[in-house]
Amino acid sequence: MTDVGRHPRIKLLTLSEVVDVKGYVGNFDIKIIKRAKFVDESACTSCGECAMVCPVVRPDEFNIGLASRRAIYSPFPQAVPSSYLINIKECLGHNPAVCSKCVDVCDKKCINFHMSDEEIALRVGTIIVATGLKPYDPTELDEYGYTRFENVLTSLEFERLVNAGGPSRGELVRPTDMGHPKSVGFIQCVGSRSSRKGGRYCSNTCCMNTIKSTLVLKEHYPDMDVKVFYIDIRAFGKGFEELYARSRRLGVQFIRGLPGSVEETADKGLRVAVENSAHATLEFHELDMLVLAQGMQPAPSTQRLQEMMGLQLTPDGFYLEAHPKLQPVDAATRGVFYAGCAEGPKDIKESVTQASAAAVRAIRLMHKGEITTEPITAEVIAENCTSCGICAQVCPYNAITVEKKNKQPASVNSAACAGCGTCAAECLFDAISMNHYTDQQILGQVDAMLETAPESKIVVFACNWCSYAGADYAGVSRLQYPANAHLVRVMCSGRVDEKFIWDGLRRGAPVVLVSGCHIGDCHYINANHWTEKRVTRIRKKMSKMGIRSERLQLEWISAAEGIRFANKMEEMEKIRRTVSREEIEETIELLRNI
Amino acid sequence: MTTQSVTQKSGGSGSDPRIGVYVCHCGLNIAQSVNCRQVAENAAAADGVILSKDIPYACSEPGQHQIKQDILDNRLNRVVIASCSPRLHEPTFKQMVQSVGLNPYMMEMANLREQCSWVHMNDVDNATRKAETLVDMAIARARHLEPLTEDILPLTKKTLVIGGGIAGIQAALDLADCGYDVTLVEKQPSIGGIMARLDKTFPTMDCSI
Ligand SMILES: Cc1cc2nc3c(=O)[nH]c(=O)nc-3n(C[C@H](O)[C@H](O)[C@H](O)COP(=O)(O)OP(=O)(O)OC[C@H]3O[C@@H](n4cnc5c(N)ncnc54)[C@H](O)[C@@H]3O)c2cc1C
Ligand code: SF4
Ligand code: SF4
Ligand code: SF4
Repeated sequence: MTDVGRHPRIKLLTLSEVVDVKGYVGNFDIKIIKRAKFVDESACTSCGECAMVCPVVRPDEFNIGLASRRAIYSPFPQAVPSSYLINIKECLGHNPAVCSKCVDVCDKKCINFHMSDEEIALRVGTIIVATGLKPYDPTELDEYGYTRFENVLTSLEFERLVNAGGPSRGELVRPTDMGHPKSVGFIQCVGSRSSRKGGRYCSNTCCMNTIKSTLVLKEHYPDMDVKVFYIDIRAFGKGFEELYARSRRLGVQFIRGLPGSVEETADKGLRVAVENSAHATLEFHELDMLVLAQGMQPAPSTQRLQEMMGLQLTPDGFYLEAHPKLQPVDAATRGVFYAGCAEGPKDIKESVTQASAAAVRAIRLMHKGEITTEPITAEVIAENCTSCGICAQVCPYNAITVEKKNKQPASVNSAACAGCGTCAAECLFDAISMNHYTDQQILGQVDAMLETAPESKIVVFACNWCSYAGADYAGVSRLQYPANAHLVRVMCSGRVDEKFIWDGLRRGAPVVLVSGCHIGDCHYINANHWTEKRVTRIRKKMSKMGIRSERLQLEWISAAEGIRFANKMEEMEKIRRTVSREEIEETIELLRNI
Repeated sequence: MTTQSVTQKSGGSGSDPRIGVYVCHCGLNIAQSVNCRQVAENAAAADGVILSKDIPYACSEPGQHQIKQDILDNRLNRVVIASCSPRLHEPTFKQMVQSVGLNPYMMEMANLREQCSWVHMNDVDNATRKAETLVDMAIARARHLEPLTEDILPLTKKTLVIGGGIAGIQAALDLADCGYDVTLVEKQPSIGGIMARLDKTFPTMDCSI
């Protein structure tokens, strides 16, 4: 921690928050609000004279209210920066008549009641999001009595109590009588793995954190009765099983089953009712203290930052990486990376590993000092543009601006454009041309495919990242499928324009398949949502016109799904066989004039 | 619904297409189920194709050398390589054409291995017919290719790290130690996050910070 404070290349802004992010990879423009501390950070020597005279006593948040502090305080003894600060809402005021005691005792004259919040603007090339976690608040889980019984603690409160630097100097004491508990119970999965309250996911560290706590207890108090109520113990990491075994060896009891209720006894002890699923019996356990192994939730600011930077979230509310396997620290927004629990619950080792990975990914992008942008981007043909704004609405990267009011044609920020082609496919006025995947280039391929014996062909549009790769995988696996399937590669299924389908059908194609990444896996955030909508729309139009909509298919095929690809080709061939020459002739006739 | 009729006019390079087509055997990988010579002969007849050849290994040193020499000798302005998946060798062939002065976006591939010979192994007639169509499609696309250039923009060699827990701290230190300026923004009055509150931590059971 102190290395950060000292490092000449690190500018540390505490009590600060990012309020705005503009721009794109290579050049993000950031706005930060640095809140006033009312103490000059660089001058303060943390002597602590001020706090000694401050008359205001408040619960100390760092110790989760288990200790107290003054209105002027240092966050905690090893804090970086170590400077004191004033909570101005608690302060009695700088009117000498009212208080100002701290000002009088500070030799260095660092206290200044007129300090105000500072707005800082800066430009950076890359951003690492490491906003961490919020420990689950068990208030809503009333059956465990967290708010009703004083001797029910969260794991973080317990951490402070057994911490040598904590409010009780590491002595475990019961909040009600300050005596040593003779028995302590831990309840696992509090706020995790539940469809009712908290998250559905496993919080990943609480099993091991509890095991650690049992070892700490057994080390200090070998005779203490220690019990753990759990669903199953997840000790999957390096060295973890060993700690679990040691805990059992030391006599810690692991009871399979989560308590149904907790009651307080006359001496402020806790009576826990649990169905022991290992023995199928209902048991009651009397304990002096109970610790709730609270799970992890996304940091409160997650959604705000997500909106600011156009990031993606998982259904659990943590940040979603660009690819869960191959790009685990990249955001889909180029130039943004994730580290630590912001991306999902994890322990310290994994957080550190991910942080180093994120740093290297950022360096990899920056080290040349310049950024090359892929030329596969959208270009607006201004004279065709009606300023309708559809393109701006569909672009997953907010790369297009259209000034609808003053009828300015659309303009594409080519550095932000990722090249999915959705805008070009959705524009009704042919006002967007997609570099390297122009209408002409793609229609040229379709027409060449259907030039001879079109009735025998299966037309397949496949996205580069998933379905085209899935077809390759079918090849690598030597899966055999009908030889009349022909692929047209596009970067994203979002590029498949309505007119490509009509053109194919008009030229005699019996069947057409549009394929892309599964929903949620799209390489271009969510461009395939538009694919899905578009295909549904075209199929409706086909039905209306009297063309069997079955002849247009949509399938999500991942890069690993060679079998799915091959099976789909068999299915397409089956459908193709149901399409007669007459039916094709009729379709060509129907489409002649559009 | 608007449709463009596809006219076969020259690409953006200002001159008429002069296309070279190479049908790769990939040893026997392609050649065992596709008649490569026949595919090459068929392609020779297409509009804009100046020369069309079958070739044992397009990606090999002698293969690349031959293609580069042909580009220079015949003033080819587009190349079609019918071989393996572009997901494998597109960068190789892009570099190859670039080394003799052709824009890398003027090269097009037809996937005759992963998407033809390997998936229609006992069907030489149909596999060959499909290969011919795939090459025709690639030629049609090649006619309309336009040279493109990557944009180079200046970049700010600085990083913003949001959050000063152990993850933010580690990322900031790694970056700073590599010579990059870092701004570390922390919402609380001190950095440290959850870890600053822990004494002993698993799996080492030693103190945290
Ligand atoms: C009770 C408990 C015990 C644990 N015990 C262990 C253990 O023994 N061993 C182990 O390996 N792991 C343990 N863990 C897990 C460990 O705490 C985490 O892996 C680690 O803290 C993750 O670090 P982080 O930097 O991602 O997040 P955090 O520690 O949460 O840090 C995030 C930081 O970002 C700041 N922040 C949040 N939002 C913003 C914003 N918008 N702007 C600016 N700053 C922001 C926060 O104030 C915080 O300082 C435990 C966790 C808990 C809850
Ligand atoms: S780590 Fe253990 S206690 Fe935490 S949610 Fe997962 S299973 Fe439950
Ligand atoms: S969708 Fe087309 S017409 Fe509408 S604003 Fe965009 S480019 Fe212009
Ligand atoms: S191609 Fe995709 S990313 Fe680029 S501007 Fe169009 S919709 Fe946006």
